[in-house]
Amino acid sequence: MRRRIVELLLGGGLFASIVTFLYPVLRYLIPPPVPDLGGDEVVAARVADLKPNGSKIVRFGTRPALLLMTADGEYRALSAVCTHLSCTVQYRRDLHQIWCACHNGMYDLSGRNISGPPPRPLEDFQVHVRGNEIVISRKRQA
Amino acid sequence: MFTRVQGWLDERFHWADIIGPLKKKTVPIHRLSYWYFLGGITLFLFLIQVCTGILLLLYYRPSANEAFESVQYIMTRVQFGWLIRSIHSWAANLMIFTAFSHMFSVVFLRAYRKPRELTWLSGMFLLFLAMGFGFSGYLLPWNTLAFFATKVGTEITGQVPVIGHPLMVLLRGGEDVTGATLTRFFGLHVAVLPGLTTVLILVHLALVQYFGISVPPGVEARWKASPGDARQMKFFPSFFLRELMAWYIALGVLGALAALLPWELGTKADPFAPAPAGIRPEWYFMFMFQTLKKIPAKVWFVDGEIVGIVVFGVAGLLWLLLPFFDQLARGRGRRFVMGAGVFALCYMISMTIYGYMAK
Repeated sequence: MRRRIVELLLGGGLFASIVTFLYPVLRYLIPPPVPDLGGDEVVAARVADLKPNGSKIVRFGTRPALLLMTADGEYRALSAVCTHLSCTVQYRRDLHQIWCACHNGMYDLSGRNISGPPPRPLEDFQVHVRGNEIVISRKRQA
Repeated sequence: MFTRVQGWLDERFHWADIIGPLKKKTVPIHRLSYWYFLGGITLFLFLIQVCTGILLLLYYRPSANEAFESVQYIMTRVQFGWLIRSIHSWAANLMIFTAFSHMFSVVFLRAYRKPRELTWLSGMFLLFLAMGFGFSGYLLPWNTLAFFATKVGTEITGQVPVIGHPLMVLLRGGEDVTGATLTRFFGLHVAVLPGLTTVLILVHLALVQYFGISVPPGVEARWKASPGDARQMKFFPSFFLRELMAWYIALGVLGALAALLPWELGTKADPFAPAPAGIRPEWYFMFMFQTLKKIPAKVWFVDGEIVGIVVFGVAGLLWLLLPFFDQLARGRGRRFVMGAGVFALCYMISMTIYGYMAK
């Protein structure tokens, strides 16, 4: 009985110290959160940069966004991160659709997933024209 | 469960044949047996270095523009990053310390003598590699102290006659210490040196296993005179468990040092800033650094630096060949080795202390 208690104490002590050594290592492996310094608004382009049926990938915070001008001259801004496996999408001038080259996912110009594997629509942003700058911003939740 | 796994392995690899010799391995027991732990502790600290080094690699960026900031990031933003870096730095220093202690214990217990000359040589090369780890790792945080210490250290290499300058350019990746030097030292530190060290450790351990553990000559003579006094301990599990206990204590000491005296980062290196006062290398290079500082600019008609480097080079070579001197002229060779050991130890300690005291 006494031997068992000693074994238990020694084993418990050893186990506790191993946990003490491993805990900082496990915490260390978790990367610190990256602060999103981009805020909710970004100057994406100058008016002259985009022609009808043209597009541009811009930085929005830490992620890419797709700014495009439809053939009718209307601006659209969407997240450029595919909702399937996070590849960066692109505007197809020939198809007038947004295409993800990784797994052939398709979105319409409103960001709705219309074919291929993407499970959800792309997040869409608001577009404002201020003077000759095109500004995109996150839509405020109602 | 364990028996089943053992049975499974034995069926395929004849496990029993592989671990058979290890089971038979014994360790001599006498009043100086505790010196045998030093090699194992050095190995354990090397393993700690490998683990913490891999962890540091997750965040470290080896370029002149980012190295300092990435280490700063590890120490201030990553959870327990300061502790991991501190353990890496402390373990490096303790490893060199235990390796030196192991070396001197081998000298004073005359464990290098025939047939263990190659074990001594492989151990010495491991010590050189450990110092190479220290020298290359010192620069990686790209702080002022490390920058100028590397500048001085590589400049000394450049003073070696004939091969010095090309060697310096090779080390620096150019004529000066720049981002190219950092990249080279990083490559050496995380790829070349670990690869060489791993191979050499395996060779060293295989030699220790092959020749068995040396018994000090005095004890050996006593045991020969009365074989009944000879005492041995089984390596598995008796000595191994004691060794584990020593590792556990070493880990405790290391953790306490790293937590209570965290390693500092200093300021970012600026290649165009003047060298600040108090530039010095790691403590294990201090005796050489201080000696070179004390040699006059000209010795007769030769540059003092060159004289110092040549003397250290010859002394290092003689030290490497120590086991062979022991055999030369029986009693005289042994006395020479002992004298050299005492002199080297006293010289290194006194010059290191002098180096830290001198302004």
